[in-house]
Amino acid sequence: MAKGKVTFDIETCKGCELCIEACPQLSLALSSKINAQGYHYAVLIKDNCTGCVNCALVCPDAVITVYRQKKKSKTPVARITNVTQNITVTIDDERK
Amino acid sequence: MSPEITQDLTAEEQEQLECVYAKPKTLTETRFHYCPGCGHSVAHRVLMEVIDELDIQDKTIGIAPVGCSVFAYHYMNIDMQGAAHGRASAVATAVKRLLPDRYVFAYQGDGDLAAIGTAETIHTCNRGENIMMVFINNAIYGMTGGQMAPTTLLGMKTSTSPTGRTAETAGFPIMITNMIAMLPGVAYVTRQSVETPNAVRQLKKAFTKGFQYQKEHKGTCFIEVVSNCPSGWKMTPLQANKWLVENMFPVYPPGDIKVPA
Amino acid sequence: MGDTRLMKGNEALAEAAIRAGCQGYFGYPITPQSEILEYLADEGRKRGMIVLQAESEVASINMVYGGAGAGARVMTSSSSPGISLMQEGISYIACAELPCLIVNVNRGGPGLGTIQPSQGDYFQSVKGGGHGDYRLIVLAPSSVQEMADFVYDAFDLADKYRTPVLILADGALGQMMEKVEFREYIPADHVPPKPWATTGKLKDRARNFVTSLHMQPEQMEEVNKHLQAKYRTIAEHEVRYELVAADDAEYMIVAYGLAARVSHRAVQLARAEGIRVGLLRPITLWPYPSAVLQSIASRLQGVLVVEMNAGQMVEDVRLAVEGRAPVHFYGRMGGVIPAPDEVVRALRAIVYNEVAQAAEAH
Repeated sequence: MAKGKVTFDIETCKGCELCIEACPQLSLALSSKINAQGYHYAVLIKDNCTGCVNCALVCPDAVITVYRQKKKSKTPVARITNVTQNITVTIDDERK
Repeated sequence: MSPEITQDLTAEEQEQLECVYAKPKTLTETRFHYCPGCGHSVAHRVLMEVIDELDIQDKTIGIAPVGCSVFAYHYMNIDMQGAAHGRASAVATAVKRLLPDRYVFAYQGDGDLAAIGTAETIHTCNRGENIMMVFINNAIYGMTGGQMAPTTLLGMKTSTSPTGRTAETAGFPIMITNMIAMLPGVAYVTRQSVETPNAVRQLKKAFTKGFQYQKEHKGTCFIEVVSNCPSGWKMTPLQANKWLVENMFPVYPPGDIKVPA
Repeated sequence: MGDTRLMKGNEALAEAAIRAGCQGYFGYPITPQSEILEYLADEGRKRGMIVLQAESEVASINMVYGGAGAGARVMTSSSSPGISLMQEGISYIACAELPCLIVNVNRGGPGLGTIQPSQGDYFQSVKGGGHGDYRLIVLAPSSVQEMADFVYDAFDLADKYRTPVLILADGALGQMMEKVEFREYIPADHVPPKPWATTGKLKDRARNFVTSLHMQPEQMEEVNKHLQAKYRTIAEHEVRYELVAADDAEYMIVAYGLAARVSHRAVQLARAEGIRVGLLRPITLWPYPSAVLQSIASRLQGVLVVEMNAGQMVEDVRLAVEGRAPVHFYGRMGGVIPAPDEVVRALRAIVYNEVAQAAEAH
């Protein structure tokens, strides 16, 4: 599964192609189909979206919604409390 | 034709992906009437994103101009006033003076700000009114059909400079932004653009700073956005952005011109 | 309890504005009304008013638009050429239905003219001035007392109807000094809520926007119909005038402002000579007191309209009278103030000429 995904408000897209130019993955193109306004709308054509938001940043009509992989949440492995003097902590990370 | 990937998120995608960008709620449901690829649309969107992120939707009042963005109040989900041509900064002055704890911005094009509104522009800046002025400079009058603007480049063909602007007939492109930067009441002057993702990121920072400085009573914040006009320039959006970089930037170079101490 | 002073008309008007709760004044110096700006720049600011000397009258009226749209009581003042500059803004304010006060201290014109008083802006005030179908409520004071009193009325009318109100004074009224008493007035009791104002879109309401742009012709027509209905309501309820010595009058002088003061004296002089003449002094120039004039006209031998212009209000008098009596005009232009005995002479010419004609017929 790709790191990111974009969806388009197809009916609002005006086919200006600025997102296509902005995508570093070259993952966007104009559809061969047209929307009700008569524009060829932008679509995702490769499954390698990184969710970088570049396309949405340049989109004049706020057509694009961008998704990206959730950051893995950090769960604590230990909690150190009641420290009254300088201490040194060494962690053997057995996950590695 | 390349296969089009389905719009719908798969079950796996729904579980693993989170939304990192969506249309801000500070834009209304009304579709922009702007031409495909128009810089106004991007500027509107970015400005509204910033208002959303700063959570000041209920405290912001915008003043719309006369020009392509005369309908800005149909798109921006905040209280707004539509001003007469050129007068947005005078209208904004009164609103800010009477409601000093609100965020007030005037949004204008090149004719509005640098032709008919020149006196208001200069004096609003001279008084150091604590507002944000957004100046969309696309070197042409879009709404009325592509006439020359004060910021039209030498040699540029428009409907009122059909053989190309000459200095003898029409003078030089006016450097209004640099002129008002000289005024002591003006705190922040920057020139930005929207033709690449990075440019948009910079503009977003500029708007954010503009509102922050307004909160800090620094003085007038003036943000020029060098923009395309695909219809007026008679180019596709992609061609227009290329032309912008090659021709507009040498005359209107992006960057900070003045920052608060 | 009132507060009585000896004041210049312009200053009395400015003092009344402060007491009426005016929150913002935006104006530009021009003779003969700069005292309004100066008084407010001093006294107004001390008492909490935002007073801004704008870069021009164009900027001033647009500041008024902004302040009114934001829900504040705001005003501007100027004199004839400056009011000309404001016309676009006034049209926008009328269409956007914003309440505000505009004061014109009429000077001689046309053009740069003179600084002496004139009534040459009657047409500009009541027939448009700006573009499109709109009306201003126009109040015409004729004393320093009325320069003050009409300010409260103007703000109240403006807020009641969401419409701009014009006080049409002149250079003499602005400069003369007379006794004026400021009545008790608590603004908070008079200013209505303004839920339409642009004060910041709160979460519990849709956004407000103030505009005069309505691109669809059907929509623009609806807007105009709404404005016209409003103006009909105003015309029904807000006509104001003063009648002097009218009950047994055979002749009527119609005059407003300074010309009415002069004509009042002329009425006294003419009565002393045995001419049964009265005076109708319109106080609202729009809506015009046409109904009362029409009802009196049938029993009149003649009407004499006295103005300090080439003949402007006389047209509205003729419209109201609709042929029921002959309408005559006496005017001085360019900033000259007619003297009472000039008016009496004009009256005599009408009265005795007609008597002479009647004698000839027999």
